[in-house]
Amino acid sequence: MHFLDHYNYWVFAVLLLTGLYAVVSRANLVKKLIGLSIFQSAVFLLYISMDKVAGGTAPIIIQPEDADRLYSNPLPQVLILTAIVVGISTLALGLAIVVRINEAYGTTEENELARMDEE
Amino acid sequence: MTVLFGAFLLTMLVITAIGIVRAQHLFVSVVLSGIYSLQMAGMFFILDAADVALTEAAVGAGVATVLMLSALALLDDRERSAGLKRLLFAVVASATLILLLHASVDMPSLGDPNAPVHTHVAPWYLEETPRLIGMPNVVTAILAGFRGYDTLGELFVIFTAGTGVLFLLASVHERGGLALLPSPDGTGLRHHLVPRLIGRFIVPFIVLFALYVQFHGDFGPGGGFQAGALASAGIVLYALAEGEATALKVLSFRVLTGMIAAGALLYVGVGLACLMLGGTFLDYSVLADDPIAGQHLGILLVELGVGITVSGVLLAIFHSFAAREQRR
Repeated sequence: MHFLDHYNYWVFAVLLLTGLYAVVSRANLVKKLIGLSIFQSAVFLLYISMDKVAGGTAPIIIQPEDADRLYSNPLPQVLILTAIVVGISTLALGLAIVVRINEAYGTTEENELARMDEE
Repeated sequence: MTVLFGAFLLTMLVITAIGIVRAQHLFVSVVLSGIYSLQMAGMFFILDAADVALTEAAVGAGVATVLMLSALALLDDRERSAGLKRLLFAVVASATLILLLHASVDMPSLGDPNAPVHTHVAPWYLEETPRLIGMPNVVTAILAGFRGYDTLGELFVIFTAGTGVLFLLASVHERGGLALLPSPDGTGLRHHLVPRLIGRFIVPFIVLFALYVQFHGDFGPGGGFQAGALASAGIVLYALAEGEATALKVLSFRVLTGMIAAGALLYVGVGLACLMLGGTFLDYSVLADDPIAGQHLGILLVELGVGITVSGVLLAIFHSFAAREQRR
């Protein structure tokens, strides 16, 4: 199963760049934010992929005396757990700013906004 | 078998992500990103991260989709321009992709127990949690106990983002406070029989499950972040089925803004109580006679604070978007 050893990291790279591509190449501000959340979740996938231990289970120690049991790494999970909720809050903040931009300019396309600012 | 299912899910994730970026209609993008989050939650579960999977399912597939849709109701839901310098960015992205794929060869293979990430502090947490904190869920123990400072910081990031959204979208009351405009025509899905009945039926179960996740987080997967997201998803469903005005009668805007502050204050208050009792900030072992009982009490209270703030922030954000909609 050598091929699957690094498959998670390849998918991480593809998702990361898909998100980045959407952020920089799309003119629509909502699409940029969606791209940003794809980018973000790719990073989550990288962290969570690193926590896996072969033959391990979720780090919930019900029998501490059972020393043979393997657990996956809890630390990346803690980091990503909080990052997901912070991610939705910042996404909401971004959307609120886009809503206000739309109210002020009547558009959410970046190139149109730039043109209106120049005038 | 699990490995193959994981590979299948990962491939589906890539296909969904490309679909999200390619879709011209933003509504399609948003619904696809809900599906994307659900697949991501499944992937997290396969990778042994039960707590993270629970959070991603509640936040990504539930709350985020509703938030995006309520924002889209205020915006043009079609992309009008094709994009900026697409060819240039496609070339840059592909070049970076090749570099990242080349670098991935040096990464330890998936599940390698001798990978550097598993040999540093992680074994210490796994060995010492039963002795120092005495709760089965190591993720909760690290989140609220060992790394309580970090979580306090994260909570204040959420607090700040929620306050920011309120300042951007809620209107200023004549007496100086923030307020939402009354929304007389917010009837939600009240005229649609099936969503209304199903919504009414499952909302109590979602809220009950949120309470279970909140208070059972020491023993099983769960905790304040997950419970806050689940509870707000339940109330948002209630608001969609019965209308936002009815949901605001249950939990008024004033209560929600109070919750945002109260949760953060509870967290800081527990830290200060530890200081008063002679410990260091957020060192819960001084809260009770038995250090382990103190840790349990401290973590329970801190997680409660997280849950209150997270659900308050998410609900206040939802209502801000929804009230803006009816004003236009």
